[in-house]
Amino acid sequence: MAKTIDSRIPEGPVAEKWTNYKAHQKLVNPKNKRKLDIIVVGTGLAGASAAASLGEMGFHVLNFCIQDSPRRAHSIAAQGGINAAKNYQNDGDSVYRLFYDTVKGGDYRAREANVYRLAEVSNSIIDQCVAQGVPFAREYGGMLANRSFGGAQVSRTFYAKGQTGQQLLLGAYSALSCQVNAGTVKLYTRYEMLDVVLIDGRARGIIARNLITGDIERFAAHAVVIGTGGYGNAYFLSTNAMGCNCSAAIACYRKGAYFANPSYVQIHPTCIPVHGDKQSKLTLMSESLRNDGRIWVPKKLEDAKALQAGTKKGSEIPEADRDYYLERRYPAFGNLVPRDVASRAAKERCDKGYGVNNTGLAVFLDFSEAIRDFGKDTIAARYGNLFDMYEEITDVSPYNEPMMIYPAIHYTMGGVWVDYELQTSIKGLFAIGECNFSDHGANRLGASALMQGLADGYFVLPYTIQNYLADQITVPRFSTSLPEFDKAEKDVKDRIARLMNIKGKSSVDSIHKKLGHIMWDYVGMGRTAEGLQKGIQMIKELRKEFYTDLFIPQLEGVNTELEKALRLEDFFLMGLLVAHDALTRNESCGGHFREEYQTEEGEAKRDDENYFYVGCWEYQGDDEKDPVLYKEPLVYEAIKVQTRNYKS
Amino acid sequence: MANISFTIKYWKQNGPKDKGHFDTHEMKNIPDDTSFLEMLDILNEELISAGKEPFVFDHDCREGICGMCSLYINGTPHGKTERGATTCQLYMRKFKNGDTITVEPWRSAGFPVIKDCMVDRTAFDKIMQAGGYTTVRTGQPQDANAILIPKADADEAMDCASCIGCGACVAACKNGSAMLFVSSKVSQLALLPQGKVEAARRAKNMIAKMDELGFGNCTNTRACEAVCPKCETISNIARLNREFIKAKLAD
Repeated sequence: MAKTIDSRIPEGPVAEKWTNYKAHQKLVNPKNKRKLDIIVVGTGLAGASAAASLGEMGFHVLNFCIQDSPRRAHSIAAQGGINAAKNYQNDGDSVYRLFYDTVKGGDYRAREANVYRLAEVSNSIIDQCVAQGVPFAREYGGMLANRSFGGAQVSRTFYAKGQTGQQLLLGAYSALSCQVNAGTVKLYTRYEMLDVVLIDGRARGIIARNLITGDIERFAAHAVVIGTGGYGNAYFLSTNAMGCNCSAAIACYRKGAYFANPSYVQIHPTCIPVHGDKQSKLTLMSESLRNDGRIWVPKKLEDAKALQAGTKKGSEIPEADRDYYLERRYPAFGNLVPRDVASRAAKERCDKGYGVNNTGLAVFLDFSEAIRDFGKDTIAARYGNLFDMYEEITDVSPYNEPMMIYPAIHYTMGGVWVDYELQTSIKGLFAIGECNFSDHGANRLGASALMQGLADGYFVLPYTIQNYLADQITVPRFSTSLPEFDKAEKDVKDRIARLMNIKGKSSVDSIHKKLGHIMWDYVGMGRTAEGLQKGIQMIKELRKEFYTDLFIPQLEGVNTELEKALRLEDFFLMGLLVAHDALTRNESCGGHFREEYQTEEGEAKRDDENYFYVGCWEYQGDDEKDPVLYKEPLVYEAIKVQTRNYKS
Repeated sequence: MANISFTIKYWKQNGPKDKGHFDTHEMKNIPDDTSFLEMLDILNEELISAGKEPFVFDHDCREGICGMCSLYINGTPHGKTERGATTCQLYMRKFKNGDTITVEPWRSAGFPVIKDCMVDRTAFDKIMQAGGYTTVRTGQPQDANAILIPKADADEAMDCASCIGCGACVAACKNGSAMLFVSSKVSQLALLPQGKVEAARRAKNMIAKMDELGFGNCTNTRACEAVCPKCETISNIARLNREFIKAKLAD
């Protein structure tokens, strides 16, 4: 049965939609704002900026995070920068060009109207952050500095050393702290949302576990916003923080919110390669390194074999025997091709046997030429902290030997489906930041995640949520003793009891690692129909093992194993969603690469005739049942859809 | 790469009122390219497979930026490497075969223990709420390049802003002072034109809150800067004192 998915995109030309929307949307007057409660789950760039802005507008905000402080959210780890169409470099940038690059970078699978709005508000983000005291890098004349990132031919990325995410998050955290002090926002740290409560089909509250006491608590509000990040940790090894999880998003999905484009997972080309089986996470080396670093593998197989055996070093291979494969294949963009293209090219070389470390799963990122041309001091000033981090982990200095890198799971473009107003398919439930299926289509460009998180939180949601709340001003505050809350709390408690009573032998991590291997091997960088079907079977088998052999210590209060077990249960469902979506999408686009669908040169082969849509998945009432797909057709008015070309 | 074996002595404490004690465990053949926290993951796997309670500690990003990890290792916050690094950036190659490694929580009046080595640092949030911001309304600022800021000032502000709020400074200080934390935020904002407007109010309010929450005062022992994983310096504290005195004189 086909359902119509309405994205509620405003009328008019793409450049005027947002202005028109704001001119005609409903607003809530100051007196009524004080009567309305909003729950915001998550304190990353999206969550903190939304909570701060909504509080400042006069709403009563309850803001939750799982960490001990809002400042720990994983946005803090973003290194490289944030894009904006300021054109401060006078290199021809504009709102339209940022919009175009983002749509093209996303392999024409993003929603045009959303992306245009994102590009449009990007400049305000920079103004806002500077006013907050974010110490962006500056030139000697006192103007803001910029650098280049993948997928663009202009310098539009603003940065604060290699710690841009940290500085932007601390800016949002400061704004949030200001509102906590003003009494408009109440913080709930070390709380984990486990369910969303619906009353008459609308989101009216959440059930959360107090991670210190272990108590299950109820919270009511007029609207619920989740900004809880992506699902990269379904792969176990990723660049995400250990605590990153998709449980809030999955809770919404279980209650009927569509999950969109789950197969669009970003695999970042420049991460430190996996070493040994005790590893807990992968570390990203910022994409900004590709400004000056050159990526290569040996031309000769015997050199690759010597590197793998450890009998030769990268620096010993002469210039003529190096294959700078990105520069060779993509002359126009070279080392700055988008992430999906760079990752696949690395995999292609390694699959052919040219990998350069002991596992054969690594390529070189080389700074010797940059050091020769600009001097060691200049390179140290640009990337010093990243080089130090690399040496700390690998015990090798990138000043002397080329870095070794390999692709790793980094970001998820898919997420909870939202309309133009960032409202999910459940009324009164909104999703922002990486958590929604967002504006990045099938692939996100570097320095655009920070842009989107802050755009949603500062400039989009605070407007669009009013259009919903304007109808809610006569609705009194809810009591948490309503039967809907009773039921939701009981369901959560039953779920916890079920897991606690398994009393098996396997730790959560040991099972999670197995899930990660299945995801990487069968639902990872190169997918096939056969592999995906096998992957789905294997995930289901492993889930049976989880339900029969899981061990959780019987503890009151703090129980970190229980926290992880609940998240892993949701990663199983998430993994299946990724696999189902990947299996259904018989084409290659952006972060989703199906080996059956590629050109003779090994480039992704899209099928716009059959797959020019957003895949929206609906839960069927039971984790054991397969999800059902609905399609939101994409409509492009401003941009001509064409094959991506980074060659010329 | 080599494997090492050693004894780990780790702190167990069931809540703030419990007296607490050390447990020990023999760790065998740990690859030296394992990170310290991955080593603790292995410890927990072994404890769990023996049906024991896992050892609780805070950690999250594991790349030295979130500020969550907070272990006192062999008597030093974050176990101290040559250049500043957090617990998660410490690798087992820094230890030797046969070592005894002692792991404790941050011990300070301002950071009560929640469980084992997990401590409560919400006091830092409260200090920030007292004034660690510029009061600026969303969407109203002028163009970002309207006020030019000399590169040197911006760079220095960036250095101050690098603080990750981990609390190592407090843990290392014999007075349990949070001055390095407070001064880093006050310095960042005092160095930038955007932060100057509220500089006096900010210094006074943040210090008042710090005192109220039971953190001690600074006696210039410099223990804080010696352990700061982000190399914050006590010249920030000197700047905070100047800002504070200026504010008091203006009253």
